[in-house]
Amino acid sequence: MDNAIEVRDLVVQRGGRRVLHELTSSVLRGSVTGLLGPSGSGKTTFMRCLVGVQRIASGTVTVLGQPAGSAPLRHKIGYLTQAPSVYADLTVRENARYFASLYGLSPAEADRAVSDVGLGTAAGQLVTTLSGGQRARASLACALVSKPELLVLDEPTVGQDPVLRNDLWQQFHELAAAGTTLLVSSHVMDEAGRCERLLLIRDGRLVADDTPDAVRAATGTDDLEEAFLRIVLAQEAAQEHPAAQEHPAQKQPDPEQPEQKASA
Amino acid sequence: MSPRITLQTTGRILRQLRHDPRTIALLLVVPTVLLTLMRYIYGNEHLHVLVPGGHLVEGPRIFDTVGLTMLGVFPFVAMFLVTSVAMLRERTTGTLERLLTTPVHKLDLLLGYGLAFALAAAVQAAVATTVAYSLLGLKTTGSQWTVAGLAIGNAVLGMAIGLFTSAFARSEFQAVQFLPAFVLPQLLLCGLIQPRASMATWLQKLSDVMPMTYAVDALAKAGNDPGRMWRDVAVIVGCILVALVLGAATLRRRTD
Repeated sequence: MDNAIEVRDLVVQRGGRRVLHELTSSVLRGSVTGLLGPSGSGKTTFMRCLVGVQRIASGTVTVLGQPAGSAPLRHKIGYLTQAPSVYADLTVRENARYFASLYGLSPAEADRAVSDVGLGTAAGQLVTTLSGGQRARASLACALVSKPELLVLDEPTVGQDPVLRNDLWQQFHELAAAGTTLLVSSHVMDEAGRCERLLLIRDGRLVADDTPDAVRAATGTDDLEEAFLRIVLAQEAAQEHPAAQEHPAQKQPDPEQPEQKASA
Repeated sequence: MSPRITLQTTGRILRQLRHDPRTIALLLVVPTVLLTLMRYIYGNEHLHVLVPGGHLVEGPRIFDTVGLTMLGVFPFVAMFLVTSVAMLRERTTGTLERLLTTPVHKLDLLLGYGLAFALAAAVQAAVATTVAYSLLGLKTTGSQWTVAGLAIGNAVLGMAIGLFTSAFARSEFQAVQFLPAFVLPQLLLCGLIQPRASMATWLQKLSDVMPMTYAVDALAKAGNDPGRMWRDVAVIVGCILVALVLGAATLRRRTD
């Protein structure tokens, strides 16, 4: 199997606190993987590790066959930070053209990225004059512009209207169909169903790593929000009564109770 | 690093500046206004110099020494401030983090800033020196071009030090406070307020390691003895390079 991302025993400490606990996972090339979890669960930290800007305590992070953060990777990855990271005192077009120029791409390609995120009519506007959602899309255009092999998108659809959100997800899947690998974070569970694979993360631990269908099946619910809740509750129960971990069915006769881990 | 990316970065910074006409106006007008004020504060007063034999003779016109020095101090201060705040913004808005995940090399970024602000400083110096020589009657032994060149050099020095010190500011409040913290001591000790030779030894030693001392000394020599300013120019260039290298060291790709 060809993995775009391979993470092994990743530990990140921040301010003396452990924010990622021996995370191990992988992401298939040409897929859309969702990184889901509540705010503060470690999603952004995990993404920063992948793009090579996070100091890590131990473990290995391999991206497109190379150690994360190595120089050749900087031509192959696109990173959308959670807060829009574009120049507020430039127009949308100027922002996209600058980021395009870093990869040696033409202004025309930058302009296309701008219209792809639905900002064609606002291209000449200064970023300061844009709404929050438009700003986020301007930032997204700058990540998409280089047509990278791996896109790491930190909450790309927050604050977008439903029609646009739908449109963006469609684009993500088109990109994946063309071979791009996408890792998309969200704290909204209704977006989880749009991913081919889910990484559920909570308190810096991976609590599930599977397809949405497998997560649903393992937890006995169609609602992914509910599924997440059941996984977390089951794990907490297992931690409080370690014996339950071995025979969950015996100790918890309630048929609604999920398996302790929905992992493959 | 790549010259293409460096130049694109310079272009981007200049475009940012272009969208902020008030900053451009302030950069161009303020030094000229301050110089004009100095010209009328000092009028046509001359320094008096004690010569061997105990006689006081009339020395150079005060404006020709202090005004000349200010032509170098203003760009230093202005570029220090503009750069600290611009760099701090790159850090706090996340654009720096994003840039460090792209093919941009740290040096592309630093030289991009250097070039952009050197160009801005060149325009600033052109306006200020033209006004100083043609309207305010500034007279120097060295040419107007030499003085303008030194003014640009000082602007780049201020920029390089601003790039470096901005790494230690967590907010724009702090960055602005670095002006009195890092620049005013240099201004106090550079020999402008009190000749360095008449200061206590430890103050002289302190001023020996301050870049502005050489910036001001170079301008003073451009005023009366341009042939001897090159040692100062070499020190200025050295300080710029050291500040840029230190600045590059503060641009950490991986952070907590």
